[in-house]
Amino acid sequence: MTCGTDEEVNPEMTNAIDAVDAAALRSDVPAFRPGDTLKVHVRVIEGTRSRVQVFQGVCIRLQNSGVRRSFTVRKVSFGVGVERTFPLHTPIIERIEVVTRGDVRRAKLYYLRSLRGKAAKIKERRDAPKGA
Amino acid sequence: MSTQIRNVRGLLGTKLGMTQVWDANNRVVPVTVIAAGTNVVTQVRKVETDGYSAIQLGYGEIPGRKVTKPQAGHFAKAGVTPRRQLVEIRTDDADSYEPGQELSPDLFTPGEQVDITATSKGKGFAGVMKRHGFHGVSASHGAHRNHRKPGSIGGCATPGRVFKGMKMAGRMGGETVTTQNLTVHAVDAEQGLLLIVGAVPGPKGGLVMVRGAVKATKGVTA
Repeated sequence: MTCGTDEEVNPEMTNAIDAVDAAALRSDVPAFRPGDTLKVHVRVIEGTRSRVQVFQGVCIRLQNSGVRRSFTVRKVSFGVGVERTFPLHTPIIERIEVVTRGDVRRAKLYYLRSLRGKAAKIKERRDAPKGA
Repeated sequence: MSTQIRNVRGLLGTKLGMTQVWDANNRVVPVTVIAAGTNVVTQVRKVETDGYSAIQLGYGEIPGRKVTKPQAGHFAKAGVTPRRQLVEIRTDDADSYEPGQELSPDLFTPGEQVDITATSKGKGFAGVMKRHGFHGVSASHGAHRNHRKPGSIGGCATPGRVFKGMKMAGRMGGETVTTQNLTVHAVDAEQGLLLIVGAVPGPKGGLVMVRGAVKATKGVTA
């Protein structure tokens, strides 16, 4: 068997993959950033019936791009830090609610893991600062 | 000669690359996208005339000026436009095909298992650890500059030579590789796409041959 053509990788190839990706992408995802407090409504299937569970916490990272984009939400539950990472476009998420927008200076908020209580609080972001 | 009757279905295609999709249980499925549109039967080999039973498939576009006269005549005989690749698939039901017949990816159904043959990516001159999976030599315990070496390659005065076929470093990849029992995740006949679960040999843009699985463990057999 001979190998494929020696020509440049043609744009139709990436278009076909983009089309496959487009079918897996969701359009109803709100815009949010690390530092924002989110309510993630997750569908949980227990046996035959499914219900919706809410996971509320701070988004501490956004990773990758396209169909592989994922985000991690951290919350402190009964004094124990809990982090959950979701693929952004997963069908198990019913919806994502942005509760508050945070004012942070990093893309990855791993420093929150070593902070407790008031120190772990994130300042709220205000749009259109006075100086602008 | 085998007396078993095997009706093989096959298609030629182009590997486009990998991505991921969600399955019915909302789980991530890694898939390889293969463009396998416009396969055409260019010749049917029959036992009476050729001594064996097979179909010849043509695939891929080619400008008319690049087709040699003998090839052009061959394609004209089948009544099809010239194709870049030609391949024969041995199948016992070749009689059911006609020259000029077009085959599309819906030859395969989702969930079915297939074997995929392609030329693997060339790896160049590779050492024994990469090429043959040798374990190499210890990282410490006095090992000196021989961490990735093969070790002994045979005896001394007896036999006094290295046996033929001894696994050593050398050119790796660029050979025909068949991956068996890959599952078809989805078929898009409209766009001529096949989504195959998992990886497929060869580079993006490479030619692949998709055939029904020889040793299928589930689903429809070849």
